Amino acid sequence: MLYEGAVQDLIDELGRLPGIGPKSAQRVAFHLLQVDADEANRLATAITTVKETVRFCARCFNISEAEECQVCRDTRRDPTVLCVVEEPRDLIAIERTREYRGRYHVLGGAISPIDGVGPDDLHVRELIARLDDEGVQEVILATNPNVEGEATASYLSRLVQPLGVAVTRLASGLPVGGDLDYADEVTLARSFTGRRAVD
Amino acid sequence: MHLTRVGLTDVRSYDRAEVRLEPGVTLFLGANAQGKTNLVEAVLRAAIGSSHRVSGDQALVRRDHDLGVIRLEARTDNGRRRTLDVEIGSGRRTRTRVDGNDVTRAADAAGVVKVVMFAPEDVAVIRGDPGERRRFLDDLLGQRRPAYVSTRSDYDRVLRQRNQLLKQARGLSGSSAEAAVATLESWTRQLVHHGATLMAARLAAVHALSGIVRDTYHDVADRPEPVTMAYESSTGRTVQADPGAGVPDPAPLAEELRAALAEVADEERRRGITLVGPHRDDLVLAIDDLPARTHASQGEAWSLALALRVATHDVLAEVGDRPLVILDDVFAELDLTRRRRLADRCDHWDQVLVTAAVESDVPLRAAHVVEVTMRDRVSSLSPRGEVAEESA
Ligand SMILES: [Zn+2]
Repeated sequence: MLYEGAVQDLIDELGRLPGIGPKSAQRVAFHLLQVDADEANRLATAITTVKETVRFCARCFNISEAEECQVCRDTRRDPTVLCVVEEPRDLIAIERTREYRGRYHVLGGAISPIDGVGPDDLHVRELIARLDDEGVQEVILATNPNVEGEATASYLSRLVQPLGVAVTRLASGLPVGGDLDYADEVTLARSFTGRRAVD
Repeated sequence: MHLTRVGLTDVRSYDRAEVRLEPGVTLFLGANAQGKTNLVEAVLRAAIGSSHRVSGDQALVRRDHDLGVIRLEARTDNGRRRTLDVEIGSGRRTRTRVDGNDVTRAADAAGVVKVVMFAPEDVAVIRGDPGERRRFLDDLLGQRRPAYVSTRSDYDRVLRQRNQLLKQARGLSGSSAEAAVATLESWTRQLVHHGATLMAARLAAVHALSGIVRDTYHDVADRPEPVTMAYESSTGRTVQADPGAGVPDPAPLAEELRAALAEVADEERRRGITLVGPHRDDLVLAIDDLPARTHASQGEAWSLALALRVATHDVLAEVGDRPLVILDDVFAELDLTRRRRLADRCDHWDQVLVTAAVESDVPLRAAHVVEVTMRDRVSSLSPRGEVAEESA
């Protein structure tokens, strides 16, 4: 059944969020109806603030509160090495290992025909432009170790290698089928030192 | 290995049932439609991830209930206790626990309880479409090496993605078609890589099974005609089974797949579907050089299906634990000679769970008999010689 105006609007909006089906949307909506106004306002404010103050880094597409993100602004980072990840959360996972001193490029996803995602829907063109602009010498492909991440890595390596840039892939040892940000930090740190050239 | 306990909650015709088991033969005795097959079906579903009767889990949950639970407790050949809990329900994800820990991937539960089941439905492996025989090989290999299950699910995922891309590219032309095809190679690479791994494993299994199948068929069917096996690949090559052959090198198989895919590239683009790969292969069984799928009589198909299961037991036993064996409603279908030959086989197996409607059909000295009865549409299990446990 459909609820009246505002409630149904809330359910519809929640239902658009990733991982939330109609039933969960309904449950969250009724939870929000029951909490006091302060709590609901805190959530609303958090959403508005994040949209107002946080954006994507103009260079690497990491989450940023300025034109460029912290990593891109840090002059001590090695600009000749670029680590390519799917999402900002993957970047965070790698940063936590403290093993990596280069910069990043966030694709914004992985190639997946089932989800209607092709190279044009990712920040691939921007990646290619950066290689020349920033004098990149090595690209580390750190897309997730699942079939979509592998397909993306394989596509990018065939795109980047002819440009004379070294391409490496994070050594396996990551949990198969798991997302990068679930990888435990020791495994991830080790995979950086053991990265391999892509054939 | 052997099962020490099976517990069912709201599964098929059971509300709450539990049976303790020991090595050797246990006979589940009951008239038709009392719940014998429901019990062994549940064991198979928990152990190998699919049932021999239905493809979906939904049918396994007791009617008008939301959640069914299958619990298996087993003891391995070196005495280790293992448990497998599978919760299946309507509209929710299956939850599986191995030794009490939640697992998310099918590969984590594969091979925990190794089981070989022979049932009347097995005739479909002989006479059914190629998908039945691929499933037979995949079920065997998944129990032998859990890594096979991961590779198979990666392959299926790549195949879906690749088919979707081919379908999308079909409607495009010019530069957008070129852009779509630019990523096709990324999927082809993975299709070839995982596909060659699957093919190598399946070929190794076919080689290993062939000698045992041939000998068992002679013994069980009491017929002189030779049984031969071959793996028919969608690349156009057919490999005759050779009991002495080892595990093939996946590298040349990858080359073979790649070459075959190149040949059908245009047709794939036109039809929007992947035309070559282990998802289109077949296992060819022949009796006296005639394809069993089309030429085997009912009796021959039965003997051959049984020979495949006997061989499966032996091939599974080569790696790790020896599997338990389930014979579901089998004896009634066999003549006296074949019954006795099958009974002789049972002596060599660690644990055999047999279902039958008539005790005298089974020429076995069953160490344990469990009576299966149904009252008010609820099945119950009563070990003979014990006071029947009232179901709660
Ligand atoms: Zn940045």
